[in-house]
Amino acid sequence: MTASIAIQAPRRRQKGRGYKAFRAIMLVLVALVFLAPVVWMVLASFKTNVDIYNSEAAFIFTPTTKNYETVFGQADYVQYIWNSFFVAALATLLSLLLAVPAAYAMSRFVMKKSAVLVLLARVIPGVSLLVPWYFVFSNLRIVGTYTPLVLSHMFVSLPLILYIMMSFFDSLPEELEEQAQVDGLTPIGAFLRITLPLSVPGIATASILSFIFSWNNFMFALVLSGASTKTLPVAIFDFVGYASIDWGGLMAAAVVVTIPIMVIALFTQKYIVSGLTAGATKG
Amino acid sequence: MSTTTGRAVRTQSSFSLWANRNRKWVLAAPAMVFVALLIAFPLGWTLYLSFTDAAGSIRAPHDIIGFENYIDVLSDTDRFWPAVGRTAFFTIGAMVVEMVLGMLIALLLWRPFRGQGIVRVIILLPLVATPVAVGMMWRLIFEPTIGFANQFLSWFGIPPQPWLAGEATALPTLMFVDIWQWTPMVVLILLAGLTSLSDEPDEAARVDGANAWQRFWHVTFPLVMPTFITAVLLRGIDALKTFDILYATKGKGGGSFHEVETLNVYAYGLSFDYQKYGESSTVLIIFFLMIIGCIWLLTIRKKRSAS
Repeated sequence: MTASIAIQAPRRRQKGRGYKAFRAIMLVLVALVFLAPVVWMVLASFKTNVDIYNSEAAFIFTPTTKNYETVFGQADYVQYIWNSFFVAALATLLSLLLAVPAAYAMSRFVMKKSAVLVLLARVIPGVSLLVPWYFVFSNLRIVGTYTPLVLSHMFVSLPLILYIMMSFFDSLPEELEEQAQVDGLTPIGAFLRITLPLSVPGIATASILSFIFSWNNFMFALVLSGASTKTLPVAIFDFVGYASIDWGGLMAAAVVVTIPIMVIALFTQKYIVSGLTAGATKG
Repeated sequence: MSTTTGRAVRTQSSFSLWANRNRKWVLAAPAMVFVALLIAFPLGWTLYLSFTDAAGSIRAPHDIIGFENYIDVLSDTDRFWPAVGRTAFFTIGAMVVEMVLGMLIALLLWRPFRGQGIVRVIILLPLVATPVAVGMMWRLIFEPTIGFANQFLSWFGIPPQPWLAGEATALPTLMFVDIWQWTPMVVLILLAGLTSLSDEPDEAARVDGANAWQRFWHVTFPLVMPTFITAVLLRGIDALKTFDILYATKGKGGGSFHEVETLNVYAYGLSFDYQKYGESSTVLIIFFLMIIGCIWLLTIRKKRSAS
């Protein structure tokens, strides 16, 4: 035992250098694997279809904005961008109004069973609810309007916000609220005036993630949207419908839907990570 | 909102008293009612439809036909059971690879290094990208004649593969896409778990002469086990629900040989491509029961490993 400790110190230093090099290579490899396909997509969106078919023009080519002109010219993409934005923003806002107070109550009163009920919404596959929703919404003759889209997206946003806010409120000390109640605020008053202002980081985290998941949602809009309320993921899907694939245009359309979200992610990285890992370390 | 509450405090109206006394439910009920309306009612309706022959137009009359759909679906070895198999294969396969790779990458990123900010941002990109766009992106890369994937293979002298176009290769290719997009999620969760660990047990094991593998297997891994299981549950559930990349790359019926037709794609197609609402509801109810069963098994595991 003593011998092994004696020889361990120098060996570790040596192994350290080799390990450092190995680690650096692996880190570059990991970054490359996750970044390269995105770069490839962006490059292809600036290529003519001739260059896309030519493997020698992989990196050296004359960039063109023709694909973006096709996307914005042929289809009503500005409308689709607005639809995606409007539905995601409204679904997030309405879900916040419902989920934040609920998360507060469930956290403070430890309502485990109620929480499980709402979190069940995260488990159920979307398809299983789509059929009955479609029945109801088409009998109300509102398929193709914004209403069913926002409602169906809230079904994704609300449990997500609830989950994130519950773990946020769990970590927020109760002393301040108690103090406010001693000072004469009602319990609900203390929640509105003391707890809510302190919850801005949590609410920001929940809002960003809810917006992203709603923006990315495909299946609900595929069934429930109409020609004028189509969201971007559905618009991209429809892009392929024609005889042969216009790869340049398809990649430009994919960039138009992905890049805004990626830019948001760059600036709100901390919030996204804290939201995605919320509650995970508690086990 | 706050001004009305302020007035309420001063006057202590009976409404304010009532609301504050019952605040637990006043705050929680709206969200719960909304979710219940959006889940409980649809599930009940799906259950009802599963016993009917509803098909064609949504307003067309339908009859209750008892268990006929269930008998049809459960004896359907042509579409239903292969779809069950593909769903299980996709879910378990993608999840296991994501957990292993996720653990390796999380360990790689765990200790601070130069440029860790950049690597962590890059890892976030697949995660936030729109799945349909991700599907299209890989569709170009895996294009058999012009895609980069076959060009890459040719550098190593490997013959070109059909990827998404092949009957046997399509589903594994889409699993690869799922793994590319969602391994970062596992990495982030496990990193959060690893960073919350104290250094002491690891140091103690090091002093005792344990090598890197022993320290990981006997010290670090058991300590992040609760986080690991949470990640397994999250990824398992999401992989089970995968629809976007399958439908966006292979379209109706999961390709001409139904090669990527999982239960999600099958049920979606029955409902919205073929308007067989009754039969599709039956598939969904059976699928739902299977999910509940799996979660039940997994939570039993979790409880057992926690105790």
